[in-house]
Amino acid sequence: MEITPLGDSALLIRVAENFDNAPEDALNKVLAAQRALESIKIPGVIEIAPAYTTVAMFYHPARMVDGGVPEHDLLGWLEQRIREALSNAPSDASRMETRSPIEIPVCYDPEFGFDLEEVAHRAGIDSKQVVDLHSGGEYRVHCLGFTGGFTFLGGLPKKLATPRRDVPRKEVPAGSVAIGGKQTGIYPIKSPGGWNVIGRTPRGLFDPKNNPPTLLRAGDRVRFRAISRDEFERSTS
Amino acid sequence: MNATAIRAGFLTSVQDLGRPGFRQFGVSLGGALDAHALRVANLLAGNDESAAGLEITFGGLRLRFSDDRIVAWGGGEFKARVGSTPLDAGHPALVRAGEEFSIEPPALGCRAWLAISGGIDVPLVLGSRAGDLRAGFGGIDGRPLRDSEQVPLGENTPRVKGLIDKLRSEQIGRWKPPHDWSNTAQRAPTLRYIRGADSDRFVNAARQSFSSESFFVSPDSDRMGIRLDGPQLERTEDVDLLSEAVAPGTVQVPPNGRPILLLNDCQTIGGYPKIAHVITVDLPITTQLCPGDRVRFTEISIRDAHALFLERERNLEQFRRGLESHFK
Repeated sequence: MEITPLGDSALLIRVAENFDNAPEDALNKVLAAQRALESIKIPGVIEIAPAYTTVAMFYHPARMVDGGVPEHDLLGWLEQRIREALSNAPSDASRMETRSPIEIPVCYDPEFGFDLEEVAHRAGIDSKQVVDLHSGGEYRVHCLGFTGGFTFLGGLPKKLATPRRDVPRKEVPAGSVAIGGKQTGIYPIKSPGGWNVIGRTPRGLFDPKNNPPTLLRAGDRVRFRAISRDEFERSTS
Repeated sequence: MNATAIRAGFLTSVQDLGRPGFRQFGVSLGGALDAHALRVANLLAGNDESAAGLEITFGGLRLRFSDDRIVAWGGGEFKARVGSTPLDAGHPALVRAGEEFSIEPPALGCRAWLAISGGIDVPLVLGSRAGDLRAGFGGIDGRPLRDSEQVPLGENTPRVKGLIDKLRSEQIGRWKPPHDWSNTAQRAPTLRYIRGADSDRFVNAARQSFSSESFFVSPDSDRMGIRLDGPQLERTEDVDLLSEAVAPGTVQVPPNGRPILLLNDCQTIGGYPKIAHVITVDLPITTQLCPGDRVRFTEISIRDAHALFLERERNLEQFRRGLESHFK
C-alpha cells in the first residue's frame, strides 16, 4: 500500500495494483478500504472518495490539530492511522453485501447513439450485435466523477472496446450511454465528452436535490435493458 | 429583503465555502475560489464565515440595497464604492437603504468577493448555496447573476444591527484584517508547491523547468483551472493513468505538456499525471491570475505547508476574536 500526499489537505491511498488484469478485485479492495477508513473516526477528516485503484482522503489540518493530533507531523500521524485501519480490516469487499443489480433502460436508436455505427464497424459486427452485447452483460460501478454523477462502469465485453474520439464533442446530451476504451459509462448531465455515444437512458441518474444525489454508487451492479423509441418517449413524458 | 443587481457585471455568481462531502458522487467542491477572502469579508460584515456572498469576476457590478446592510469585500485591485464613498478592500461599510455598492473593472487581478450582512439567501443544495455553473445547480438556478435581477438576502442579526448603528455617521469602519488577506493580487507571483503525487512520472528536465522557469496564463482558463503556457513538461512515458483524485491546487499535465493548475470547480478525478500541488495558503493568489500573467513555482516541504496552513487559521481565529468588540 502506498500513501502519497495530494497537496497539503489530501492523501492518495493506493490499495490495488494490476487493474487491467483484475478490475473486479481492485474494486473490491477499494470499497473495503473506503469502508474501513469511514468507520474509524479521524479528527479533521472531511471525506473519503474512491477511484479505480485508490482511495482519496481529504482532511483539514487545523481541525486535526483541534482534535488533538500533534501538529509537527500531521502526515506521519495520518499515515500511521490509515495503515492501522487498513491492516485490521478485511482487504477485500467481495463478500460484503451489495445491492441487487440496478436495471438501466437504454434506447439504442441511432438518433441517440451517434457512434453506434462506428463502434460496430471497429468491432467488425453489426449494430444489433453491439446492442445485444452491451445490454447482455452485467457491469459494476467503479466510481463516479468527471461531472456530477458521471458513472464509470467496468465489465464491458472486450469486443466493444473503442478508443475515445480524437476530438471530444462540445456537448453530449444528458442520459447518453457511451464507450470509452475498455469502459462504458453514462453522462448524467449535459456536458462535453469524448466517449463514443451508443444510446440514451430516460432514467434520471443525478439530482442534486436528493442526498445522495446519484442513483448509482461505487460497487453497484448494473444491467442495461434495450428499450424502443416508444418506451423511451413514454418514460420521459 | 432583496438587493437589486442594476448591473450584474461580467461574471458574478453566488458562492460560499462549497460543498465538501460529495466527491464520491462526482460533485466538485466548488464555492468561492478564494474561500479565505470570502471568510474574511463575511467576518467583517458580521456574518458566519460560511455565509454565501458574491464572487465578482472583472467587476462591473452595481447592487442597490432596499434596506441598511453592512458590506465588505476582498480580492484583486478594484475601485469600489458605497454610494459615492470609495470603499477599500478589507473594511466594513454601511450601505443605506436605496444606496448602491458598485465595483469597477480591476487594475490588477480579476476577482473580488463581496459579503453582505445577512448573507445571500438562496436555497441550500447538497449543503451549500454555491452556484455550480458547470453542472447548472445551486446559487441562482446554477447560472451567473443577470442585469436587473433580485438577490435575496437573509435577515440582519442583532449584532449586525449594533454595527449598523455604530457606522451611521462615519459609514466605513477603520479596522481591517492583518496581512494581505483582502488584497491578494500580485504581479508575477511565485507560488509555493509540494511535490506532485506523480512527480516521478516526469523527466528530470521537466521537474527542473517547473521549479525554475516562468509560465504564462493562457486565455482558456476558468473556475475549473488555469492553463499555463511555457516550457513543455515531458513525461517519462506517454500513457495516461487510471483516473484518481485531484484537488484544487493540483497541477496536472496532459499529453501536450502544458500544465493545468486546478481550481475549485475541477473534476473530482482525473487521469493526467500530477507534477505539483500548490499549497492552500497560496491558492488565493492563483485566483487573481489573468491571461498573459507570468507565474513561477517553488517547492516547499509538506511540513512547511502544514505549518503555514495552521498559522493562517490561528491568525484568522485571532482576527475573529478581535472583531467582537465592534459588534457590542
